[in-house]
Amino acid sequence: MASRLIETYMRQEHLPHIWCGGCGHGILMRDVAQAIDNLKLNPKDVVIVSGIGCSSRAAGYMNFDTIHTTHGRAIAFATGIKMAKPRLKVIVVTGDGDATAIGGNHLIHAARRNIDLTVVVFNNSIYGMTGGQFSPTTPTGDMATTAPYGSIDPNFDIPRLAEAAGATYTARGTAYHAAQTIRLIENAILHEGFSLVECISVCPTYYGRKNHKGGAVEMMKWQRDNAVPAAKAKTLRPEELAGKLVYGELSCCERPEYTQEYQKIIEKAGGAER
Amino acid sequence: MNGRYEMRFTGSGGQGVILCSIILAEAAFLAGKQVAQSQAYGPEARGGLCRAELVIDDRRIAYPKVTKADFLMALTQASLEKYGETAREDAWVLVDSSLDETNLGGRRVIKLPVLETAAKEVGRAMTANIVAVGAINELLEIVPDAVIEKAVRMRIPKGTEELNMKALEAGKRLGAAARER
Amino acid sequence: MTERTRALMQGNEAVVEGAIAAGMRFFAGYPITPSTEIAEGCALRLPQVGGKFIQMEDELASMAAVIGASAAGVKSMTATSGPGFSLKQENIGYAALAEIPCVIVDVQRAGPSTGLPTSPSQGDYMQARWGTHGDHPVIALSPSSVQEAYTETIRAFDLSEKYRMPVILLMDEIVGHMREGIELAGRGEVKPFERQTCADTAEAAKPYKMRNGELAPRMTPFGEGAFYNVTGLIHGEDGFPTNDHGIAAAQCMRLMRKIEENEAEIERYETAAMDDADVCIVTFGGTARSVQAAVETARAEGIRAGMFRPVTVWPFPEKAMRSICERVKKIVVVELNYGQMKLEVERAAAGVCEVLHIGRVDGATFTPQDILNKLREVAK
Repeated sequence: MASRLIETYMRQEHLPHIWCGGCGHGILMRDVAQAIDNLKLNPKDVVIVSGIGCSSRAAGYMNFDTIHTTHGRAIAFATGIKMAKPRLKVIVVTGDGDATAIGGNHLIHAARRNIDLTVVVFNNSIYGMTGGQFSPTTPTGDMATTAPYGSIDPNFDIPRLAEAAGATYTARGTAYHAAQTIRLIENAILHEGFSLVECISVCPTYYGRKNHKGGAVEMMKWQRDNAVPAAKAKTLRPEELAGKLVYGELSCCERPEYTQEYQKIIEKAGGAER
Repeated sequence: MNGRYEMRFTGSGGQGVILCSIILAEAAFLAGKQVAQSQAYGPEARGGLCRAELVIDDRRIAYPKVTKADFLMALTQASLEKYGETAREDAWVLVDSSLDETNLGGRRVIKLPVLETAAKEVGRAMTANIVAVGAINELLEIVPDAVIEKAVRMRIPKGTEELNMKALEAGKRLGAAARER
Repeated sequence: MTERTRALMQGNEAVVEGAIAAGMRFFAGYPITPSTEIAEGCALRLPQVGGKFIQMEDELASMAAVIGASAAGVKSMTATSGPGFSLKQENIGYAALAEIPCVIVDVQRAGPSTGLPTSPSQGDYMQARWGTHGDHPVIALSPSSVQEAYTETIRAFDLSEKYRMPVILLMDEIVGHMREGIELAGRGEVKPFERQTCADTAEAAKPYKMRNGELAPRMTPFGEGAFYNVTGLIHGEDGFPTNDHGIAAAQCMRLMRKIEENEAEIERYETAAMDDADVCIVTFGGTARSVQAAVETARAEGIRAGMFRPVTVWPFPEKAMRSICERVKKIVVVELNYGQMKLEVERAAAGVCEVLHIGRVDGATFTPQDILNKLREVAK
């Protein structure tokens, strides 16, 4: 029998999902739903926006107003939705390739504006939908179908990229650390401004297999054994952090939010009473 | 001014040649004429060759561009050389006094110190276009004084009214003196 | 209702005023010559009427934001020129398939590539029709005066909302940058077509369900509890992706039919001096102004010339064109490209009359003399 969470927030008629056995995305999608539930948001006030790729199929399973857009453009679509109806909680579910390769420009500019969107990146370190090509987050040296000799591309640290571009809340969760990840997504949704939570997923089908990481269980165990809470990471030296995954809240600050600033423009221009 | 009348305004980007044409278009429009105003320019906002066009007619204007100008203004040597001979053989050609003589055949050339008047008499070189507006309207009698003044006020930045009215008056005096010659 | 007003304005400014009169309250854009005045005008005017402007990071984002805002229920527009129009194409296709109303203004400039940024062209005629991938219908309107830029922008919004699809306002630099006197509607005079929504949430959850006698499915904006899905994948009436060939065929056919079956309402064209014409000039947009002047002179010389000007350039007014082809001896297509609308005219003529062509790809406009010379030659 389906759990209350699934009954309330998932479109059961469209389940089971298309993700492979062992994929971390199902857990992460559940984390997003749980965060919305914990916050007791009115579903009418939530819009889920996604791009293209494995991660972005999440939108279709979630029972809100949902829009599965074009590759890389989810944040730009979301910007239009938020501008049109600022009362909406606009949550973007995207992937590493969608958000930081083809959509990288939209990520940094939405962060710069500090528009109140919550971007949840399901990072599986690979292009899964197209069959295992390296992405901007595939670690240098790793294998992929388009890196048959090992990737020479350096990889992005997504929260640092977002923070540098102006995001006012950044965090990292993992598929393994569900309770912590749910809390981080809640914080991100509550934060007034551009927030980003990178969620480290697992892709046993392509990334794991290509790089001899074992199956889903081994990959989840790796997350358990190698993840370091952000607070503890601050006490460790760089060499102690090598090869580790830092999770938790990574940055948080306040800056004027874009749609609220635009409201002031409307007042200045005399259009407020219309 | 009866029937179709074609005007071309030329100079260097930054001299306000386009605004000059827009203000005259606005004035003619306010006076109930049909107008079509357009411009052509290169990529540079300052310094490049600049051309604006205005067609005034009593009836609906089909072709909105200038074929043979009835009136040409040239504020730089380069623009005079490029466009001087494209004007009608009997066209009025307003050239700035600082320019060298060019053989323009039977065209009615009027040399006026537009740039110098703006810089010295009005005190701001950038008002040359408004000086030109005043001179041209006086010469060609396009619209009554009140209308040209209104058109200038509609198209200039707020806070520059006094300066630009001074420029307009200076231009009118240049035009009136030229007409008497 | 307030009085009508008359004003001297640029074609690009008239587009902004038309859009606001039609109810546009969101604009996303990126600066590009010769359309930039539209973005500038929206930045100034929209907040005055409670609307919103955003300058996006690129052309793709502008198109995406426009679709997003429209999905949330706000009439939306973007404006661009050739290079940006190319970049927007993927998302224009998305709007066509997902049936999200919006207006895209393309102020055409000379191409290909960066081309001649400040020079006029009509080289995007075919791109407007076939620019994005896949089969889908297109509505494109091409004004030839500043007044028409205003009225056709209003019509673009109405058609977009009525048929739930992107509509392209295919301007050119001639009209976009020209200043003419126009008459603006008084406040309350324009009665824009408002999007059809569903009050019942169960019904609203089927955003692609056709209801008897309606032109397009009803669409309830995001944020009202309808909880439906929008996707660029082929989808059924519930908006969810499917690989079913039958549903795919039904959806694609429905998209086509909503335009094909309503062409008479969508089409608009102007004919001039066609009653006894031997030669018909076919033209559109700003080029029509040169043609009008040439036809007037030709008539004075005794040449029986007339003009046929599609205002709705897509779908091409094929039937009206065909009936002209059956009446005249020759057709001359005049356009600022290498022969794009000519292909549509030839298709309509289907061999019943000779179709000649004069095009320009040098960034200059046609003078009436250029066209008159051709008419004299043809009339011999």
